[in-house]
Amino acid sequence: MKYDTIIIGAGLSGLAAGIRLAYFEKRVCVLERHTTIGGLNSFYRLRDRNHDVGLHAITNYAEPGTKTGPLSKLLRQLRLRWDDFNLSPQLESTIAFPGRKLRFTNDFEFLCQQVADEFPDQIDGFRKLAAAVDAHDELDLSNRETSAREIVSSHITNPVLVDMIFCPLMFYGSPTPHDMDFSQFVIMFKSIFYEGFGRPYEGVRLIMKKLVRQFRSLGGELKLRSGVQAISSHKGRATSVTLDNGEVLEANNVLSSAGSAETMRMCSNQTTPDNNEQFQPGKISFTETIFSLDRDPQDFCHRQTIIFYNDAEKFYYENPEEQVDIRSGIICSPNNFEYDERLDEGRVRITALANPDKWMNLPEEEYIAAKEHWCGEIVEAAVKHMPDFRDYVVDTDMFTPRTIKKYTGHINGCVYGAPHKIRNGQTHLENLFLCGTDQGFLGIVGSMLSGITIANLHLLHR
Amino acid sequence: MTSEEIRGVVLDILTNIAPDEDLSDLDDGQPFRDQMELDSMDFLDIVMELRRQYRVQIPEEDYENLITMSSTVTYLTPMLKDVDKP
Repeated sequence: MKYDTIIIGAGLSGLAAGIRLAYFEKRVCVLERHTTIGGLNSFYRLRDRNHDVGLHAITNYAEPGTKTGPLSKLLRQLRLRWDDFNLSPQLESTIAFPGRKLRFTNDFEFLCQQVADEFPDQIDGFRKLAAAVDAHDELDLSNRETSAREIVSSHITNPVLVDMIFCPLMFYGSPTPHDMDFSQFVIMFKSIFYEGFGRPYEGVRLIMKKLVRQFRSLGGELKLRSGVQAISSHKGRATSVTLDNGEVLEANNVLSSAGSAETMRMCSNQTTPDNNEQFQPGKISFTETIFSLDRDPQDFCHRQTIIFYNDAEKFYYENPEEQVDIRSGIICSPNNFEYDERLDEGRVRITALANPDKWMNLPEEEYIAAKEHWCGEIVEAAVKHMPDFRDYVVDTDMFTPRTIKKYTGHINGCVYGAPHKIRNGQTHLENLFLCGTDQGFLGIVGSMLSGITIANLHLLHR
Repeated sequence: MTSEEIRGVVLDILTNIAPDEDLSDLDDGQPFRDQMELDSMDFLDIVMELRRQYRVQIPEEDYENLITMSSTVTYLTPMLKDVDKP
């Protein structure tokens, strides 16, 4: 028995690719090492509470029935309906810097007005930047890497505003410190500032479950607890994969969402460039503390959906020197979307940059102590930007780069993948392709479009 | 299938690809793209659906025949005349 395509990883990109291939009658199998689906956007249950990992919000929000834009394209390609994702729009989000605030909603004009009020001499430049964003085809697979900071700074002369624009875009998708590739900047700018945030009432579970149901109903096979140990090849072609348990599965094509460096390691007994610059893993990772509350955030007047804060004179998006960088962070309240009814429980999630090396190999006792220490530091920093909620906390959980590595297999617990993206998805083997974070379409919608694009481009016609 | 049945088949495919479009007053003589939001990915799917459902192989050089409903039906009629209606 031989598959047309084996897909490594049951995350958003792998499942989206799987749906495309299964729909067009390819024999396809998705292999996932973990006991559940999701990858970087997953979910778990702890002490009777459901938690989301990854997804704070779906970017690229559009009103149900919208005929253009990435979300609409995605639904069409996967033969899903708007109802399947059940998205509610955000209430309002904020970028908070020392002495400066910009609020934004899913209406771009609102942000323009905020910029005009807060930085009156910069609004013309901001509009010019928006025009440059409009003029750029970020999905063109042949785009070269160019510095987004250079382009943004050519339109906007106030460095604080430049940092404030970059802050949410980097936090939600940049694999590189300090700067972004302009195509990736454009993807993030459109997805966050033009289109904005939405969330299913049921969280990421709903989306993952719809994808799996669609995939299986089309005849796709999903194997959990089936990590790929090695990809074998012969004369420049991948021939089979070997699972952790030694089982060998044959395929005409392999599509990996495991990451570029991670995938190269699976091929490591061949002539692959493990030290090749192109396949270096990323270093940007995060911790997240999740607080379950005894009341809804709106009951203590916290209505912001997401707050991107930075307390330093500049915004440092980099691998921090300490275990966690508490100078900046993201506060997300999944309650603060326009749902028809309230969520069962109040939640606040706070995400901050973390240094993977300083978490990875700690002895268990020190690891637990470090989590406790930083949890306190992080919340202390966050309550400068929202009402103090510490008295309402009924449960806390925290994940670190080590948790991310454990459950996703990403080297360094890296969240946005490698600094160098393989945009066309091709590798040194003619029938081994990459999708997902290291292909380079960012965000939740981007990751699914990544799987779709690579499946359409390389695998549907084979 | 008759031409009218083939038209129904194409309409079903369009409905499947773009469920949010109102196709009730589609003008058969006008390009699809002028009447509904279809990008290149959607267009590829029309071709793929015909292959999936009716085993019709449409080479790339023939894609220009699929611009309007009339031209699509004309192009498909000889290929589908011996195929039964689903």
